[in-house]
Amino acid sequence: MGMTMTQKILARAAGLDHVVAGQLIMAKLDLVLGNDITSPVAIKEMDKMKTEGVFNKDKIALVPDHFVPNKDIKSAEHCRCVRNFAKKNEITNYFEVGEMGIEHALLPEKGLTVPGDVIIGADSHTCTYGAVGAFSTGVGSTDMAAGMATGEAWFKVPSAIKFNLTGKPAKWISGKDIILHIIGMIGVDGALYRSMEFVGDGIQYLSMDDRFTISNMAIEAGGKNGIFPVDDKTIAYLKEHTKREYTVFEADADAEYDEEYTIELDKLQPTVSYPHLPENTHVVSEAADIKVDQVVIGSCTNGRIEDMRIAAEILEGRHIAKGMRCIIIPATQSIYLECMEKGYLKTFIQAGCVVSTPTCGPCLGGYMGILGDGEKCLSTTNRNFVGRMGHINSEIYLASPAVAAATAIKGNIVSPDAL
Amino acid sequence: MKAQGSVFKYGDNVDTDVIIPARYLNSSDPKELAQHCMEDIDKDFVNNVKQGDIIVADKNFGCGSSREHAPIAIKAAGVSCVIAETFARIFYRNSINIGLPILECPEAAKAIKAGDEVEVDFDNGVITDKTTGASFQAQPFPPFMQEIIKAEGLINYINQKKA
Repeated sequence: MGMTMTQKILARAAGLDHVVAGQLIMAKLDLVLGNDITSPVAIKEMDKMKTEGVFNKDKIALVPDHFVPNKDIKSAEHCRCVRNFAKKNEITNYFEVGEMGIEHALLPEKGLTVPGDVIIGADSHTCTYGAVGAFSTGVGSTDMAAGMATGEAWFKVPSAIKFNLTGKPAKWISGKDIILHIIGMIGVDGALYRSMEFVGDGIQYLSMDDRFTISNMAIEAGGKNGIFPVDDKTIAYLKEHTKREYTVFEADADAEYDEEYTIELDKLQPTVSYPHLPENTHVVSEAADIKVDQVVIGSCTNGRIEDMRIAAEILEGRHIAKGMRCIIIPATQSIYLECMEKGYLKTFIQAGCVVSTPTCGPCLGGYMGILGDGEKCLSTTNRNFVGRMGHINSEIYLASPAVAAATAIKGNIVSPDAL
Repeated sequence: MKAQGSVFKYGDNVDTDVIIPARYLNSSDPKELAQHCMEDIDKDFVNNVKQGDIIVADKNFGCGSSREHAPIAIKAAGVSCVIAETFARIFYRNSINIGLPILECPEAAKAIKAGDEVEVDFDNGVITDKTTGASFQAQPFPPFMQEIIKAEGLINYINQKKA
């Protein structure tokens, strides 16, 4: 029996010729990631280990991004803990405020994630790097500690679901609409413990930023990882961002899948997830009566340059609705700079939006856009759980940057076609 | 090893944002996290929970964020065991890694009611509802995970292997 793309990557990392779904393996890690929320817990755990520091100072990435620039004294202490650990262990890829970005936008941009890698991160959206053909998955702080110390992690080899993406998506259909549609179809535990493998002729029409968004939200379907094959677009992206050598893995023709779905991209409509689960999807035309108080465009899901370009294209020469608060957060310093050079910042500010330095802040109800009692927000982030962005009586609607920008202008949830 | 306590019952998709809201993640102190455990889904939980009590939930318990603060908060609140129909995978790993016993048992998750007095025998995976007299067999852990649980977490397990 053949192996899926994920199984082949895991077999290589475990030093085995062949693995099967359900098998427990010990895999060598190419990168271990942590942020300012999860790393302090991992560092405390590592202190309890009988170890001589980290396994490889070049294969650890520490990115303070959730509550930075420090939102309060306690956050400052967490960041100080991570900073001191990075200094003591001479961690090559520690990114200070001013260099940092939202981790899952930053690491591919810095060339730290390449095809065939096995990556763990103490952040659930670590699955993002499947977009470049890596196996990457979220873990907790203790797994991060063990990974930093030993360079290894145990995995149960996952079975897989195949998503065959066909046709060319319409103008305003992005990676976000595709993944929300899929989550709506299979549910928030539809891919529990399993790989989501994306294939098909439709992939050629998806930019790398679309693919990052899709892989990023595999966790919102319960998936262990969400992975794309490596094609010309991936190779062009890697050429621009990394000097690291890599190995490309492909699924065997006779690989076994638990389930197979076909998604006709040309038939998709802009999609919105209603409160309080990402699986509560509706097409945008059904949401026209919903008036929102705030729009957020950013996050590890949708804070990349293409997201900014789409928002700028829609906001150019227009103004957001009276009473609307629109918060735009380019995900990395480099994206921020490009927004400035291309004039997007001017467009955003003239439209009445605020633009922030990179942070995860509002997505998880940390700071920079907390919602009050009964307030509604249309957000390009990834979760709309109860209380996720603030008060337990607030409501979050998830959508693409295009729908977000159009909604900021109109005040109710619409597609850019309605402007 | 056995646990016994009264049951707090929840439904599907209890996410880590309601187990421990991110507004408290500027702390990593288990006691402080425990004070806000389940706050956004059950504000009385922290006032009513007693040492040894048990959480029973339906499917996909612990979905969402990878925050280990979630099982840490549950454990520090005094909960001796979580039983669910299914667990989200990162929560599952985290619980085992920090030594919070969790059991997958769809039948128990369906039948056990809030307030029932339940006993769990971790050695054989038998869950007994002392209020109704019903008993259930949980899925056994693979031997490798049993070793981590026996060592009371991943860090001890690795230390023991090194020694």
